Amino acid sequence: MAVELEKIVKELKLEVRCCKDRLSRPVSGGYVGDLLSDVMANSREGDIWITRQIHQNTVAVASLKEHAAVIFVNGSEPTAETVSRAEQEGIPLLVSSMPGFEVVGRIYKVMNP
Amino acid sequence: MTLREVKEILEAEVIVGEEQLEKEVKTAFSADLMSDVLAFATAGSLLLTGVTNPQVVRTAEILDIAAIVMVRGKRPSQETIQLARELRIPILSTRYILFEASGKLHARGISGCIEKVGEKTDAGRTI
Amino acid sequence: MPAERYDGSFDVEGGNFRNAGQVSSKVKNILKDIGCSTDIVRRAAIVTYEAEINIVSYARRGQIHLLAEPDLVRICVDDEGLGIADIELAMQEGYSTAPAFVREMGFGAGMGLANMKKYSNEFEISSVVDVGTQVKMTINRSEG
Repeated sequence: MAVELEKIVKELKLEVRCCKDRLSRPVSGGYVGDLLSDVMANSREGDIWITRQIHQNTVAVASLKEHAAVIFVNGSEPTAETVSRAEQEGIPLLVSSMPGFEVVGRIYKVMNP
Repeated sequence: MTLREVKEILEAEVIVGEEQLEKEVKTAFSADLMSDVLAFATAGSLLLTGVTNPQVVRTAEILDIAAIVMVRGKRPSQETIQLARELRIPILSTRYILFEASGKLHARGISGCIEKVGEKTDAGRTI
Repeated sequence: MPAERYDGSFDVEGGNFRNAGQVSSKVKNILKDIGCSTDIVRRAAIVTYEAEINIVSYARRGQIHLLAEPDLVRICVDDEGLGIADIELAMQEGYSTAPAFVREMGFGAGMGLANMKKYSNEFEISSVVDVGTQVKMTINRSEG
């Protein structure tokens, strides 16, 4: 069940690090992973990607796989290069101080009410 | 929730620790980075991960993790199974992806092992 | 009443991922046996494990020295290997020079040194490129 990205941002009180103007995009699923090769191989278009990998390669993967957005968990912050690359690629970057399990649980609830 | 219930919810296969299925778990941590697990996961939690090498078992032992759930139908190597048996750490394998497995357990009442970073962990240090 | 002290060293073989973590398990059990609190045991095991993974990933060989006194636990790590060119950069979370195979194991995300510092009360590091790295970590037992 696809939901608007903005709904997830609001429900989870996520901080938006870039592409604030792109929060109306639909999120069709989710993927959790920190190994880029796994995410490349197994995530799908429209997924919201939950990870701890803050370097700019994350944006390259998200862009290639056409993810709806990336959420950095455990209070991790994307590097400056990561943010500027995401701005160029139009991938919203979101931040949460909650751990991945909790973030996923809450998104899951929004998507499967 | 018992490991048996975790097994049922995730339609998981028990690879190691069939005799420990009555063990109770309340919290979980989902990650592929063992350093992330080491930084935040608390004792007695369930560890959900896509990584299957022996280092996952070592990490679980160091932190006194209750059990490991391997996702995406991934199966551990013989070496990993051997070490888990030796250290008595249960391993379950589910075909669900990490997102689904985490979502399903959370919906049934398992919570994240810390509410948010910056709070005290059971290591007693503010993070 | 268990003895509160321990003093001993363990060798770690570089490149041998099969055994990585064995020394940390030993350290954990020793500290438990001599009566350290769960908290202190856990913190010492975490920092030793990160150090052990670093030796296996970046050094030819290394040694981990464990000293336990009634008031502190000290873990000193000394390796012969690649060394670190820019320590400040290496301490930054997310910075890593790890090869792909280390990353696929769930390490090498640039969090190891940060974890070691976080769980120690005192953390000292020095390194010479192509010679090796020394790390000294102290955990106060009074906190447990």
